[in-house]
Amino acid sequence: MAIAGVLSVGLLASACGGSSSDTSSTASGASSGDCSAYTQYGDLSGKTISVSAGIVTPEDTAYIDSYKPFEDCTGAKVTYDGNKDFETQILVRARAGNPPDIAIVPQPGLVKQLVATGAAKPAPKAVADNVDKFWSPEWKAYTTVDGKYYGAPSGASVKSLVWYSPSEFKDSGYAVPTTLDELKTLSDKMVSDGKKPWCAGISSGEATGWPITDWMEDMMLRSAGPAEYDKWVNHQIAFNSAEPTKALDMVGEYLKNPAYVNGGLGDVTSIATTTFQDGGLPILDGTCSLHRQASFYAANWPKGTTVAEDGDVFAFYLPGKTAGDKPVLGGGEFNVAFSDRPEVQAFQTYLSTDTWANNKVAATPNGGWISANKGLDASKLSSPIDKLSADLLQDPKTVFRFDGSDQMPAAVGSNSFWKQATAWITGQSTKDTVDNIEASWPTS
Amino acid sequence: MTTLEKLTSMAGALLLFGAVMGLILYIAGRFGERRAGKPVAFLFLLPTALLVAVGLVYPALRTIYQSFFDAGGTSFVGLDNFATIFTSSDELTVLRNTVLWVVVTPFIATAVGLLYAILVDGARMEAFAKALIFLPMAISFVGASIIWKFIYAYRPDQANVKQIGVLNQIVVWLGGTPVNWLVGSPLNTLLLIVILIWIQAGFAMTILSAAIKAIPGDIVEAARLDGVTTLGMFRFVTLPSIRPAVVVVLTTIGIATLKVFDIVRTVTGGSFNTSVVAYEFYSQTFSSSNQGLGSALAVLLFVLVIPIVAYNIRQMRATEAR
Repeated sequence: MAIAGVLSVGLLASACGGSSSDTSSTASGASSGDCSAYTQYGDLSGKTISVSAGIVTPEDTAYIDSYKPFEDCTGAKVTYDGNKDFETQILVRARAGNPPDIAIVPQPGLVKQLVATGAAKPAPKAVADNVDKFWSPEWKAYTTVDGKYYGAPSGASVKSLVWYSPSEFKDSGYAVPTTLDELKTLSDKMVSDGKKPWCAGISSGEATGWPITDWMEDMMLRSAGPAEYDKWVNHQIAFNSAEPTKALDMVGEYLKNPAYVNGGLGDVTSIATTTFQDGGLPILDGTCSLHRQASFYAANWPKGTTVAEDGDVFAFYLPGKTAGDKPVLGGGEFNVAFSDRPEVQAFQTYLSTDTWANNKVAATPNGGWISANKGLDASKLSSPIDKLSADLLQDPKTVFRFDGSDQMPAAVGSNSFWKQATAWITGQSTKDTVDNIEASWPTS
Repeated sequence: MTTLEKLTSMAGALLLFGAVMGLILYIAGRFGERRAGKPVAFLFLLPTALLVAVGLVYPALRTIYQSFFDAGGTSFVGLDNFATIFTSSDELTVLRNTVLWVVVTPFIATAVGLLYAILVDGARMEAFAKALIFLPMAISFVGASIIWKFIYAYRPDQANVKQIGVLNQIVVWLGGTPVNWLVGSPLNTLLLIVILIWIQAGFAMTILSAAIKAIPGDIVEAARLDGVTTLGMFRFVTLPSIRPAVVVVLTTIGIATLKVFDIVRTVTGGSFNTSVVAYEFYSQTFSSSNQGLGSALAVLLFVLVIPIVAYNIRQMRATEAR
């Protein structure tokens, strides 16, 4: 018994040593007592900070782990509360005067709604300075409301990706397209090879339709350019004006083309009833070849699927108009505070540093998390798709734009845009669709 | 909050509850034996009335108040939200679907339950046959919806693709091509209604079967001696005798139908023109952040339920008076 006990303690100790040495140097430094990066926050013993988010098990573990160095060095305690209904709950809690200290908010539009409740607190100067230092300027604009800055970005995802099967491409002699025209030519070539090139699914409970909004935003960025895209998102041009209409028609050339869709899943209307999680899976069966979906789709492949450049599936960048321009559509979360107690501000500052971004990567050993933080050490990323995404975000040629529907008013961005996109895929004309969305835009 | 803090606050709440109850009992005890009655009853009613006021009356009034305000709940818009319900094409579809649900579900569910109750009455293995149709009642609405989602599931007619939906497999066996059932309106609403009928028929059967068994034997005997036909027995004896039970079943299912939310949310999420008032008010309030319209829909639902509840209560009173 005694020997077994000693042995197991020894094993545990070596296991701990091993895990901390092969993760991040910052994380291991913190646990071995190197708290120099945290002295600026002072002694926060006995203080508690509550965090609320829509991220639940198992992904929440990585967040909780990434907070540990801060807790160990400052003595503060961070409680994490994940809730699948976060997006509706946080508004109710903010209105009821019972918000958490910090919320991880997934949409700039929701940040604006939270600011409108009067419960959100502007971020301290240290956070704004960190954001200036570590992020490209457009990121700062997303949570700036009426000239006040409300919080640093947390995670990020890249949406402008097309999933494919590297082995199929190799066997059939297909090349990864570098322009939109090449993508079209590739699709036609697949059709002439007797294939249905694309597969898609947009069903997602009450959010059914959102993947089409991503498609449309990607096409809008490519055909009209980032400046026009911003105007469209902010309703400086009407939803049914020429450019957005053209963008939706460009999506239609792919998704409403019976020759192109819906490999292994049915006719065009089957896109409406296929869940977005199932949308790309026929690539594994070989019944379709291409699936446009964000980097987070990596988590949807069944266990045992190798996601790598030479594996079962991988993704390429949805090309721009020319090989030279690189618009990237993406998403992300923001840390918004509802309290300005010193410990909350200290923790908020920690979350805006490169230290935290790298701690978070270290706490996510299987991949699936990246940040647009320039201080993120991309070489520490374990999954190839994370590397691809991080490279895209950090590429100086990249013009990043945040998901448009997430920035539109809720009545459009999470209601009429989804509903009308669903009606569009099941047969409604492009004109009726953009007209109906324009009509639903709130007047005030 | 730590576990200890939770336990402390729980203990605190229990103590407070005990103190309030003790106070009530003490005051009640101050009234003499003889004068007890009304004051004591009122005292005991007080906590309930207070909770109902806080948890039910206040939110109801608040909802009505909010229904006159805009999306953010800040500026007064009068009856605009109600006008939207009766003019916007989206909301009109919602109203049409709700009407379809309320007209179809109670009558078919009751008819199926009644037919089944009569057919199995006195048959061999009656208990087993009843258990079979009653089983769906034991499943949650969400569970039932997921089962039926598999029945309606759609896969294309392709060589290497197998059907996973029961209904489409039957279609394929019969030589047809698979249909994407849930997309076409208003057929999809009817297919959703089938789910609620499947759940509620068992409830109707149970109540009606009990009512049939309660018909006095001498009436049935007398009718038989008079030489009544099977149909005549149903028309002149069974139906009049169980009429109050039929009304209760119809109204109860009617109220349940107005409140239907889980089925729509689980199967289609309100897509493809399948939304109903009870789902739409949630979706408007929370997804679209349109508090005003959401509240107006809730008020409408409330108004629609009132006549059914009133009729139900009157019927029950009439039955009790007999």
